[in-house]
Parts: sequence; C-alpha cells; structure tokens
Amino acid sequence: MSATPFIEIDHVTFGYDSRRTILNDLSLTFARGKVTAVLGGSGCGKTTLLRLIGGVHAANSGRVVFDGEVVNTGDKAQLFRLRRRLGMLFQFGALFTDLNVFDNVAFPLREMTDLPEVLIRDIVLMKLNAVGLRGAAHLKISEVSGGMARRVALARAIALDPELIMYDEPFAGLDLVSMGVAAKLIRTLTDVTGATTLLISHDVPQCMAISDWVVLMATGGRIVAQGTPAELMASTEPEVRQFVRGEPDGPVKFHYPARSVAQDFGLEAAP
Amino acid sequence: MNVLQHLGQRALAVLASWGHGALFFWELLQALPAAITRPGLVVQQIHAIGNRSLVIILASGTAVGFVLALQMYYALTTYGASESLGLIVNLALVRELGPVVTALLFAGRAGTSLTAEIGLMKAGEQIAAMELMAIDPKARVLAPRFLGGIVSMPLLAALFSAVGILGAYVVAVMLIGIDAGNFWSIQQSGVDVWRDVGNGVAKSAVFGVICTAVALYQGYETEATPEGVAYATTRTVVTASLGVLAMDFILTALMFSTP
Repeated sequence: MSATPFIEIDHVTFGYDSRRTILNDLSLTFARGKVTAVLGGSGCGKTTLLRLIGGVHAANSGRVVFDGEVVNTGDKAQLFRLRRRLGMLFQFGALFTDLNVFDNVAFPLREMTDLPEVLIRDIVLMKLNAVGLRGAAHLKISEVSGGMARRVALARAIALDPELIMYDEPFAGLDLVSMGVAAKLIRTLTDVTGATTLLISHDVPQCMAISDWVVLMATGGRIVAQGTPAELMASTEPEVRQFVRGEPDGPVKFHYPARSVAQDFGLEAAP
Repeated sequence: MNVLQHLGQRALAVLASWGHGALFFWELLQALPAAITRPGLVVQQIHAIGNRSLVIILASGTAVGFVLALQMYYALTTYGASESLGLIVNLALVRELGPVVTALLFAGRAGTSLTAEIGLMKAGEQIAAMELMAIDPKARVLAPRFLGGIVSMPLLAALFSAVGILGAYVVAVMLIGIDAGNFWSIQQSGVDVWRDVGNGVAKSAVFGVICTAVALYQGYETEATPEGVAYATTRTVVTASLGVLAMDFILTALMFSTP
C-alpha cells in the first residue's frame, strides 16, 4: 500500500450501543488514488466503517484520519469541509423521492456550486450518460426500477467529481450488463480523476476484477486478510478460500450463534 | 430504594428529552437565516403545508360558524340580547376558536404529514445522504418547512375565522332572520383590530411555531422504521395539541387579562 494513505483507521472501536461492538480495535489504511474493496459477510461492520469515515458516527475509541486530518464529529465546520471532498453511493440509493432523476443528480451541483443552470444541465446529462440513463432524466424516482435507481445514485455520487468516493454495495440489484458497466465506470473514474475509491460489496468477481487492494473483514471488524486480488485468490488460508469461492462449509459460519439444535428442539437438557 | 431509583431514572430521561428538544429548537432557529435567503423553498412549503390544509380548514370553519351562531342565538335570546350575536361569534372566532381549532387541525393534517415525510426521508437515508453531501438538512429541509408552517398558520386561522363568520351570517341572517345591518355593524364597532384580530394573529403565529417545531422534531428524531414513523406521527398530534392548549391559556391570560 501507499506510504501516504488517504484514509487511515487507527485502532477504532465502535458500537451503536454498549451491548454490541460492531468494530473492535480496527486498524486499516486506504491508499490514495486506488480502488480498495472491503469484502465480508453481512453484519461485519462494512457499512459502519463507511459511516465512520464520513463522520456520521463518532468512534468510541481510536481515530479516523481523512487525508491527514483527524475526523472530529463534534466540529461541524470541519465535517462539512471534509464531506465536500467525498461522494457516497448508499446501499439503497437514498435518492430524493420528491425529485426526478435529473434533479437528483443535479442536487449536489445546485446546492454546492454556483454553476449556471446550462452548465449543470450538461454535467448532469454527462453523468447520466455514463450510467446509461440519459434518456431517463425526466422520470420520477417511483418510475425507475431498483437497479436503475442505484445507477442514478451512482451518477449523483460522482456528480462533483469527489476526491474520495465510497460505494456501498454498488452492484446489488444490477443485471449483468449494468454490473459490468458500473464496475468499469468505477475503475475508469479512479484512473481518470485520481480519486480514492472505497468499495464495499459481496460481489467477489467484480471486486477482484477492478480493485487494486482487497480487504477481507469478519465479524467485529476483524481483518482476515488483505492484499492484491491475485494474492487473495491464490491464498491457501481456509477462511479466505471459503469466502472468495463462496463455499458453504468452512471456518466462516452461516448460522448466527445459538444453542444447539438438540437443545432448541427439547432433545437434550439445556446446560 | 428501587422505586426511588426508577423515579429518578424517569425524571432524568424526561429532562434529557426536554433538553434534546430544546437543543433541536435552537439549531432550527440557527438554520432560519439560510431558509430566509431561499424564499423559493419557503413558498414551496407554504403551498405544501398551507394550501393542502385549506379544505379541512374551510370546511371546519364553516361548520363551527353554523353551530356557534345557532348555540349563541338560543342562549342570547333568553336574555333578549340576540342582536349581539355577530359580535360574540366574531370575538369567539378571532380571539380563540380560529387560532386554536386551526392549530389542532393543522397538527392533525399538516403536522402528521411533516413528521411522516421527514421520518421517511430519514428511513430512506435521504437525510444521511444530504449530510454526507455536506448539506445541512436542518437548513435545507427543516428550516423552510418551519418558516412555511409559521407563515401558513395565521393565514389559515384568518380564513377559518372569515368563513366561520360567513357561516354564522348564513345561519343568523338568512335562516333565523337577524338584521344583516345589525349583524355587521356591531362587529365593526365592537371588534378592535389590534387587540382582538392582532392578538389572534399573534397567537396563531405562536401555535405555528409549536406545531411545526414539534412535527419536525418528531420526524427528525424518529426511529427509522415503519413502527417508528407511526409512533412519531401520533406523538406529533398529542404533543402539539397539548402544547397549543397550554400555550393558549398562557397567551389568553397575557393578552386579555384586562376587559
């Protein structure tokens, strides 16, 4: 990884309440100008990690460093200054349902810049064209499918050409063609603009195809492995092999921790 | 000891929620200048909050005017004072019923709508998305709605009172047969623009602050689930209505303490 990371997660511990810790002493860096994918099972804290970077939540302990600056969620001015440099694609799109497709993509441009409407129109159509939805600009959000909504959200996330782009499950709900286009777009954007890209996904093949660095995360924010896609694919570590190959049996448990089946069905006395 | 602990915990929780609400209100006030500089957003909200409440306000105002005229007529005839009907109906509407009933209807119609809208925006991560775009949702989303509510409420209350008086005119003059000249002239001489109408408008503005702030707070702080939004809308009606009734007593005591 690069010697000067754009994002540094330094011994971060976080839980939404005192009963359950989502991330436990997590340390991680994200290299400047690279695509880093974070892979892991559901509920292991991947989305929470993005929210911590965006300053939506404050870490219980440890620090999040954004381009050399420690993120302080209590400092609103600093937060907003840092957030102007990032774009985020939310897991479920988070599109504004009272606006149409065009206005959703234009929203950050109108709110954050003084660009004339003519220029905004051109930028929006360019972004929509990149995700294949230039012709859908006039549609209401209720009129687009889930996959299309995600592409609109992708166009909105990149509207301001941010320095840091965070994608939360960008491939979920997309058909194969859209998925391929989205993956190529993410890679191209990083290469052309030099943006730092954080990608959270369950889609191993797509992530391996476009990422420079892959982090495999387990419950509690434990880092199982990290390396280049080739290194992870070649790993002989059982946990890594099971995840990247999607094998049902192995060290990664499918079931949530529970009493034994025999106990739950009354075949054996509880201890 | 356990009971004392429990009471103490409840008291602390209530105080914490009041403090949280006060802090939210303070932040809302701080966001107001941003909304004032974007009148287009405020006008949009006046249309959404005010215009869409018109039907219920006009229908209720007319019905209240009808009933008030009838009830007052029966009571006043007993004392041979039926010629005072226009004045009593006017004062009742302009001073009390107009602002209070409008506020209660507003809490039920526009308040719940605001709470649900903000709550669903939160559930759909629209608020979080805005925050991550470095856009302050309090300034962009809440403050224009807050101003829209404050502006809409006195206008709606004025319309409520106006149609109420017209409703009373229909019953008193056209059905019962009270002299039309007397109906209007006693109002002209007995109603003071500043003391009666002005105080009524001031009350409405205060109720607008209460209803809109409560609705926005409940929506903004709701648990982002269908159940959470449902509870929040209910809390909006209950809290805003109680707040309006309590504040009405205080304002009436302050405004009309001398004859």
